Amino acid sequence: MFDLAGVSSVLLEAAFFLYLAATFLFGGAIRQKGLRDGEGLNRWGKLGIGVTLIGFAAQLCYFFTRWAAAGHAPVSNLFEFTTFFGMMIVGAFILIFFIYKTVVLGLFALPVAVIIIAYASMFPSEISPLIPALQSHWLAIHVTTAAAGQGILAISFISGMIYLVKNIDQTKSSKKTKWLEAVMFFIVCVVSFILVTTSFTLAEYKAEFNYIDKENKAAEQEFTLPALVGPNEGALLTEGKMEPLAEMPAFINAKKLNTVIWSLAGGIVLYALIRLVSRKRVAALLQPLVRNVSSDLLDEISYRSVLIGFPVFALGALIFAMIWAQIAWTRFWGWDPKEVWALITFLFYAAFLHLRLSKGWQGEKSAWLAVVGFGIIMFNLVAVNLVIAGLHSYA
Amino acid sequence: MEKKKKRLYMRTAILAVLAGLVMYTLYTNLTKESRGNLEAGDEAPDFVLKDVNGQTHQLSEYEGKGVFLNFWGTWCEPCKKEMPHMEKLAKEYEGQVEILAVNVGESDFQVKNFANQYGLTFPLALDTGKEVMDTYGVDPLPTTFMIKPDGTIDQIVIGGLVQEEQVRALFERVKPSS
Amino acid sequence: MGKVKCECGHINPNGTILCESCGRALTEKAKQEKIVDMRYEGSARRSQTYNKTIIDRVWNFFSSVKVGIWIIVLLLVAASFGTILPQEFYIPSNVPAETYYEDVYGTFGKIYYTIGFHDLYNSVWFSALVAALGVSLVIASLDRVVPLYRALKNQRVDRHESFMKKQRLFAEQEGTLPLSELEKVKEALAKKRYNVRIENGALLAEKNRFTRWGPYVNHIGLIIFLLGALLRSVPGMYIDELLWIREGETLQIPGTNGEYYVKNNGFTLENYKEGEDPEVFDEAINRVGTVAKNYQTDAVLYRDKNNELPGAEPKLTEVQADSIQVNQPMKFDQFAVYQTSFRQDEMKAMHFALTHKETGKEFGEIVVDLFNQQASYELGKGYKVELLGYYPDFDGFTEAGEPTSKSPLPNNPAFLFNMITPQTPDGEVSFAQIRNTMEPLGETTFKMAFKSLDTRDVSALTIRKDLTLPILAAGGIIFMIGVIQGSYWNHRRLWIREKNGRIYTAGHTNKNWHGLKREIHEVLEGTAIPEPEDRQKE
Repeated sequence: MFDLAGVSSVLLEAAFFLYLAATFLFGGAIRQKGLRDGEGLNRWGKLGIGVTLIGFAAQLCYFFTRWAAAGHAPVSNLFEFTTFFGMMIVGAFILIFFIYKTVVLGLFALPVAVIIIAYASMFPSEISPLIPALQSHWLAIHVTTAAAGQGILAISFISGMIYLVKNIDQTKSSKKTKWLEAVMFFIVCVVSFILVTTSFTLAEYKAEFNYIDKENKAAEQEFTLPALVGPNEGALLTEGKMEPLAEMPAFINAKKLNTVIWSLAGGIVLYALIRLVSRKRVAALLQPLVRNVSSDLLDEISYRSVLIGFPVFALGALIFAMIWAQIAWTRFWGWDPKEVWALITFLFYAAFLHLRLSKGWQGEKSAWLAVVGFGIIMFNLVAVNLVIAGLHSYA
Repeated sequence: MEKKKKRLYMRTAILAVLAGLVMYTLYTNLTKESRGNLEAGDEAPDFVLKDVNGQTHQLSEYEGKGVFLNFWGTWCEPCKKEMPHMEKLAKEYEGQVEILAVNVGESDFQVKNFANQYGLTFPLALDTGKEVMDTYGVDPLPTTFMIKPDGTIDQIVIGGLVQEEQVRALFERVKPSS
Repeated sequence: MGKVKCECGHINPNGTILCESCGRALTEKAKQEKIVDMRYEGSARRSQTYNKTIIDRVWNFFSSVKVGIWIIVLLLVAASFGTILPQEFYIPSNVPAETYYEDVYGTFGKIYYTIGFHDLYNSVWFSALVAALGVSLVIASLDRVVPLYRALKNQRVDRHESFMKKQRLFAEQEGTLPLSELEKVKEALAKKRYNVRIENGALLAEKNRFTRWGPYVNHIGLIIFLLGALLRSVPGMYIDELLWIREGETLQIPGTNGEYYVKNNGFTLENYKEGEDPEVFDEAINRVGTVAKNYQTDAVLYRDKNNELPGAEPKLTEVQADSIQVNQPMKFDQFAVYQTSFRQDEMKAMHFALTHKETGKEFGEIVVDLFNQQASYELGKGYKVELLGYYPDFDGFTEAGEPTSKSPLPNNPAFLFNMITPQTPDGEVSFAQIRNTMEPLGETTFKMAFKSLDTRDVSALTIRKDLTLPILAAGGIIFMIGVIQGSYWNHRRLWIREKNGRIYTAGHTNKNWHGLKREIHEVLEGTAIPEPEDRQKE
């Protein structure tokens, strides 16, 4: 019997490395002199997009082989969804690339996709059967369309980021440089989360705690990172593992808070290192890379992505979601956090389009909005899935 | 200036419609708690139930008399406290105000046992399917509906009537005027 | 203030900025502008012209896009507050909100509850914000769509040069424009799917005008959707009930006015099993423990012919039988019944054996149905067990020594038995509860020994009737059509004309100027006609 599941995993890994390789190829493409972005492709650029396409094809095959192995569309848990989202970002990039031929976009978009796929891999990735609520065709329809919409909107973020990196004056410190660095810092934190989690997983770190949960019942929690903070009235069971420095009240999920603290701490360390070694802000470091692209073009890409992505997002994340919710949960809208933040995303991009089309907000203002919009999407992916449902309820 | 006037009328009309819709929105929001619930002055919905002795009671049969419609359960502490008062006053007001005590969803045995224990003689109706309870929108027990001889609800009392005087006062309110 | 007659002869509504027909500037401001605002084709946005009465001021307020954007932003910020702590609907159902928030979240929870954020989306002020959005949608759309329609309908092919000079894409050049040149360009434009008109020696190429209506269509969709949501509160439009029904029970379906009954023929809970289900799932099942596979209530739907009065004995006829699973509700009439929740192994009956304490000999077994108790159970040969009292949810004794029950649910059943045997003809009293027997009136010779327990499952079904769904669906569909209509195409126009030995070209699009410029370049390349230049530097 052909081990579909095994083949599927290998394909995902292949895609991951191909995207990484494509990043470097695009890096080579932008250094080629004489060619302004959007005016045609040099050899590096052609290689870059070629490798991207192969990587995308590999990930598509991962997707379909996993589907075959599991018997259902592989978008049923956090790992599967996030890898699919990464794939959608690449797909959206390819689409935009063929319209505008911007290699610098690839230089930034692919690392984002890589980081997202790596982030996804930090979560349980076994092929799991569908619980009753997910046993529906709408799983495939709603989730894939929503992710596709988000992937396209992600391109607006990337283009907006490049715009800001290019146009914000790095010769002196200002509110803008600080905010841009804040965004960079968050990305560094995500990377640090990946590095920290991977390291301790490889070291097979496990520490069991007994504690009292918020309903005053005895419970157990297993920490996979050394406990900087511990659970309410926690008692460490595993010998030789770290004792928490502080105890958390019952309504806070200590394990998740611990992970957040590790990510932030690691992020601070990593960020500080970058700043110390390079003597520049991260944005300033990246600025030379984006010399050859026209701001106008970036602005257009950012705006076009929203225009293309917004209907897809509305269709997938709201309309299809409501249809399925009505069938599965008896009500098409229940104001639960995931639904509310999808609505917030929708309203935000609606405001974006109105500001752009009716109030003439273009250029830098539009770029900042694109960054905020993606922040909202990320909040929904990370905080709502893990924190809002989790910090309070040990999900 | 015909056009200008026409414009003003159009705008006023549209704004009026919109204002109406907005008012309706806010109104339904503010009244959503009590919507659909019975209130004093409403007609008491008719129903028919069997009691522990097998007799049928239909609310409309009681027209002309006051009705003390009480929803209760054997586990409910305040219900137990008001039962003796109800028994005493039922005898006093016989023929004028009748008690119809509707037990909500318990077995024959439970109700009979309870009746024997407290020496109750007024009808104890069995609402095993909770249909009458749903129709009357009863939530906490005990809830008592005082129904006037003409079939309309005089008052809705939620909670136990600890003192005999309280029960008497209610009986007085729905006594048919002679 | 009356209508404005343009030099070209066309009569424009009051307040028009550019003549609908030829495009000449009609106001002082427009005459002085280098590039004119083409968002509404220079038409009179009604609200800008009248602002005297209070009606006008209210109208203008809601017509403003800035106000609309503010409402959107306020809405999204407000909505986010409701996700900080779980909303009232999502806290455990047996705990009152007043105490829950403070208990679990401390002072912050208390404040959150006091300001009403625990039920934010149903609050008056949130509803008011949504209502404001609705009003803004209506007024802002009405205010713009009619003038825009008029302007696009009345536009002339040969626009005045002053109009063309004020366009973002414009060029002029000495030269003449023979008809043959125009025809050549027309062919090229037609290939790009432009609708080309040549009149009076001037050319107007236009495509995708329909996309200008996209925003208005999607606004209509949103308005319909909001109206649908509003209609929910009209009596009869919306029913949302929860029915707990035990296996074997037949209960009236709430919300159907007694017309329908449902029987629970069995509840099934299936989990995925290693060995039975595909091997590929084993790892996940091992890690998580149990993964649910199916929740199902086998139900039979009945109609009651005798449903005039609540409480009347139902005369049931079967209508349909269905397995209700998650994602597969049972539908009838305008209702749908959903598998929502369940409780397993509720106690149904308890088996006791009348036992002689010393010898351990049993003299018969009784089965007490916890929902239909008997006053006495005959065991024959002079052995009888009387049930003096049944306490389904035993909660201790009163001061007077009376056993109490705190609810009618069999969570902690207790029984007061009177055991009558030939040896004890007057009977012995024993109080039996789970894992504990007491003898309140003195030691007894016999006891009721607990033998076994029958249980059954309870299904929770949600009954839903929602007549607003078709309206909401229509609103959603129209919205999507409008958004797609408005987003994926661009309204493009190209004007070419000659006047007094000069050729004028101008171009306009509602979005994607890069694309328009590229397209014009492709069409005009190699012709004698100058390509319009982008005069807007960003």
